[in-house]
Amino acid sequence: MQRIGVFVCHCGSNIAATVDVKRVVETVKKEQGVVHAEDYPYMCSEAGQALIAAAIKEKNLGGIVVCSCSPRMHEATFRKAAERAGLNPYMVEIANIREHCSWIHKDMEEATEKAVILARAAIAKVHLNSHLQPGESLVTKRALVIGGGIAGIQTALDIAEAGYEVDIVEKTPSIGGRMSQLDKTFPTLDCSACILTPKMVDAAAHEKINLYTYSEVESVSGFVGNFSVDIRKKARFVDMNKCTGCGLCQEKCPSKKAKSEFNRGLNTRSAIYTPFAQAIPNVPVIDTESCVKMKTGKCGLCEKVCQAGAIDYSQKDEIITEKYGAIVVATGFDTINLDQYGEYAYNESPDVITSLELERVMNAAGPTKGHLERLSDGKAPKEIVFIQCVGSRCDDHRGKPYCSKICCMYTAKHAMLIRDKYPDVNVTVFYIDVRTPGKNFDEFYRRAVEEYGVNYIKGQVGKVVPQPDGSLLVQGSDLLDGKQIKMRADMVVLATAIEPEAGVRKIATMLTASIDTNNFLTEAHPKLRPVESPTAGVFLSGVCQGPKDIPETVSQAGAAAVKVIGLLAKDKLLTNPCTAESDTLLCNGCSVCQNVCPYGAIGYEDKEVNDHGIRETRRVAVVNSALCQGCGACTVACPSGAMDLKGFSNRQILAEVDAICR
Amino acid sequence: MPVEKEFRPKIVAFCCNWCSYAGADLAGSSRLGYPADVKIIRVPCSCRVNPMFILRAFEKGADGVILCGCHPGDCHYSTGNYYARRRMTLLFSLLDYLGVEEGRTRVEWVSAAEGVKFSTVMNEFVDKIRSLGENVRLGDLRCKN
Ligand SMILES: Cc1cc2nc3c(=O)[nH]c(=O)nc-3n(C[C@H](O)[C@H](O)[C@H](O)COP(=O)(O)OP(=O)(O)OC[C@H]3O[C@@H](n4cnc5c(N)ncnc54)[C@H](O)[C@@H]3O)c2cc1C
Ligand code: SF4
Ligand code: SF4
Ligand code: FES
Repeated sequence: MQRIGVFVCHCGSNIAATVDVKRVVETVKKEQGVVHAEDYPYMCSEAGQALIAAAIKEKNLGGIVVCSCSPRMHEATFRKAAERAGLNPYMVEIANIREHCSWIHKDMEEATEKAVILARAAIAKVHLNSHLQPGESLVTKRALVIGGGIAGIQTALDIAEAGYEVDIVEKTPSIGGRMSQLDKTFPTLDCSACILTPKMVDAAAHEKINLYTYSEVESVSGFVGNFSVDIRKKARFVDMNKCTGCGLCQEKCPSKKAKSEFNRGLNTRSAIYTPFAQAIPNVPVIDTESCVKMKTGKCGLCEKVCQAGAIDYSQKDEIITEKYGAIVVATGFDTINLDQYGEYAYNESPDVITSLELERVMNAAGPTKGHLERLSDGKAPKEIVFIQCVGSRCDDHRGKPYCSKICCMYTAKHAMLIRDKYPDVNVTVFYIDVRTPGKNFDEFYRRAVEEYGVNYIKGQVGKVVPQPDGSLLVQGSDLLDGKQIKMRADMVVLATAIEPEAGVRKIATMLTASIDTNNFLTEAHPKLRPVESPTAGVFLSGVCQGPKDIPETVSQAGAAAVKVIGLLAKDKLLTNPCTAESDTLLCNGCSVCQNVCPYGAIGYEDKEVNDHGIRETRRVAVVNSALCQGCGACTVACPSGAMDLKGFSNRQILAEVDAICR
Repeated sequence: MPVEKEFRPKIVAFCCNWCSYAGADLAGSSRLGYPADVKIIRVPCSCRVNPMFILRAFEKGADGVILCGCHPGDCHYSTGNYYARRRMTLLFSLLDYLGVEEGRTRVEWVSAAEGVKFSTVMNEFVDKIRSLGENVRLGDLRCKN
C-alpha cells in the first residue's frame, strides 16, 4: 500500500465554481492509502508546486494524485515537481476535473460527485504505479523539410545557418512554391521573383542544404530523433551533373503542347522543360506523358542537341534512404477546384479567371507577357470585376468554412496594380467583408479605394453570364444601398479559397501527424505550441498549418527552425518508459505480438527460466524498449496474457474501471 | 406518492490519448456539455483496450461502455484503431449474445479537433443507455449494494 497525497486545484474559479473542492478533499481523505489531501487556488503555480513538494517530503508520500486540468496540459509540470521533491515522476497521476468535469457540467452536486469518482480512479491507479525510468536514445543531427516553397526554404536556411544538415524534398522540378508564381507582393508591391530568387539561390548554394527536387517522401519509420525516410527521386531523364542549363533541348523539343503547370494551364510548354526561367535547379525534366521518344520511340532530338550529353532516356526512379532527427512539413496549398461553382461561369468563359491565374497574366514571364488582356480574344479589358470569398467562409458543402485570409489583401493589390498601370480600366470589387488586420494592411486597402479609385461594393455576386458579344454580365447585390446590380464586365477575377495541398493527407498519415477536418495540419497546442505537431519530432511551417501570407509564413518558418535546432542540439533524448514488457514465465513464444507491433519492436530470445522448479530454456518475446512506442496493441493480442504495458498495465486500468463502477 | 428516482447510468468511456482524449478536452474547453454519467479512462491507443476491461466494467455494474479512438488512418500508431475495430466487433456481438444489447457498447472515432462530435456522441450514448435502462445481465450480484 502506497502513502498517497491528493492535491485538488481550484484553477481560480474554473474548477471551484462548479466543483466543491473542499468536499472533494474531505471525501478522498477516506480513500485507502490517502494520508494527505489539500486544495489550493493554482496547483501549477510555483507556490502550488512547492506545496506538493513539501507534502511529499513531510508525509513521505509514495504517490500523488493531482485533481486539476487535463494531463495533456500539466502532467509534465507535476511530474517535474514530484521529481524535484525526490519522488519518481511516474508516481504521479492526474484526475482531469476541469476539461472533463467542471467545464462541461453546471450542477455543483453532480460535478462534485463526478470529481470524487475521477479522483478515486486516479488513486486506485497510482497505488499500482511503479518507479519507471525513461531510457535514452541518440539524436540524428540532420533535418528533413518536406516542401520547397518559401516556408520550406526559410526553415531550411535557418536550420542550416545553425550548423545542421538539412535536406529539402520538393515534388516539382524546382523549389520556390506558390511565391514563384506571384507577380508583385503586398503590402509593399515588390516583385516576388526579386525577393524569392536570392533565397532560392542561397538554399541551393548552402553547404549544409541538400535539395531533392522532383522527389517525394515514400515512407517514414522511426520516432523523434531517429526517423528513417525513404525518398523517391523521380527519373528526370537528364543527368543533373552534366546539364549546364543552356535550354537548347527545350527550344528544339518538337512536342510543345503540354499545359504549363507553372502558368496554371494558361499556355503550353515543351515535353522537356524547366517550370520557369529562374528554376532551381536549372535542370529540365522530361514529362513522359508528352515526350515523343517515350511514347513512340522516335525523336530523340534533345539527346542530339545536348552538347553536354546530359540526356539519359534510361534513367529510373531512385529510392534513397536517409536518417533524420526532425521532420518539418511545409507542403503549402493550392486553390480549390471550382467545378461546383457553375454560377461564376469559370468553366464556360476563358475571361473568368482565378486570382492566381491573374498573377500569371500580370507577370512579364506569363502567358500574355505581362499585358493585361482577355484570354478569349486578346483584347484589352475596360471593365474588370473581382469577386471575393469564392469558396471561403462558405457554409455549404461546396466550399470551405474558414476565411482564406490572404484574398482581401491580394485583391486590393490586384485592383491597385491594374489601376496604376491602366488608369482607364474600371475596377469593381464585390466583397462580404474586407479583412485587413496586419501591419500596413488597412492603409494598403484604403489606398486602393482612396488613391486608386477602386469601386468596392459590399455584396455577393449571384451569377456571371457570358453574353453573345463576348462580354460578361455580372448580377449581384449591393447590400449597403439595398439594390440589385447588373453590370457588364470584360473580365471577372475570382478570389478563390485556398486549401492544403492534396498530398498532405498521405504525408500526415506517414508521419502519424494529426490533421483537421479541412486537411490543415494540427498544432500541438493552438496557442502555446503553434509550430509543433502533436507527434514528437514533427514540425509545421507555412500554409500547410493554416492560411497565411508571406510575412507570416516566414516568421513561422523561422519558429519551426528554432524548434528543430533545439531538438538537434541535444545529444540524447529521454524515451517514454511506458513500454511493453512480456512475462517470461507466461510467454510461450507464439509470435502473435510480433505480428501486430507496428514498430517491429518485438524479437525473440532463448532464455533460461525457472518455472516452478522446472529449469528449461524457452523462446520468449523480448521488447526493444528503444523501438516500442507504447501503443499496447501487443498486450491485447497476446493469447497468454504475458504482455503488459508499463504505466497502463492491465491491473492499473482494471483498478480504474473498478473505481468508476464502484 | 413515492417519487421514482431518475435512472442515472454508469458509463465508462475509454479514450485514446492522441485524438479522442484530446477531443474530449476540446469539448471541455469549448464548454460543450454532456451528462456527468460519463467517466473517461485514458489509454495510449484504442488498441490498448482489452476486452477484459469491458467485461469487467459490465460485471462491476456499468450500464454502457464506449471506446473512442482516432479516425481510421489517423491512429498515432498507424494501425491501432484497426485492431480495436476488429476486436470490438467480435466482442460486442458476443456481448449481445450474452444479453448485453448492442446499444450498450459503441466504438466511435473522434479527432482532436472534434470537440463538438465528442459531446454529441456522449449525449446520444447516454440517451440510448437511459432508454435501455439498467444493465442486469452481466452484473456480478456481489458488486451491487
Ligand atoms: C493569388 C495569390 C496571391 C498572393 N499574393 C500574396 C502577396 O501579395 N503577399 C503575400 O504575402 N502573400 C501572398 N500570397 C500568399 C503566399 O502565396 C503564401 O503565403 C506562400 O506561398 C506560402 O508558402 P508555403 O511555402 O507555405 O506554401 P507553397 O508556396 O504552396 O509551397 C509549398 C511547396 O511544397 C511543395 N509540396 C507540396 N506537397 C508536397 C509533397 N507531398 N512532397 C514534396 N513537396 C511538396 C509544393 O510543390 C511547393 O513547392 C498569395 C497567394 C495567392 C493564392
Ligand atoms: S506496445 Fe507492443 S505493439 Fe505497441 S509498440 Fe510496444 S511492443 Fe509494439
Ligand atoms: S503474444 Fe504473448 S505469448 Fe505470444 S510471443 Fe508475444 S508475449 Fe509471448
Ligand atoms: S492513438 Fe488513437 S486510436 Fe490509436
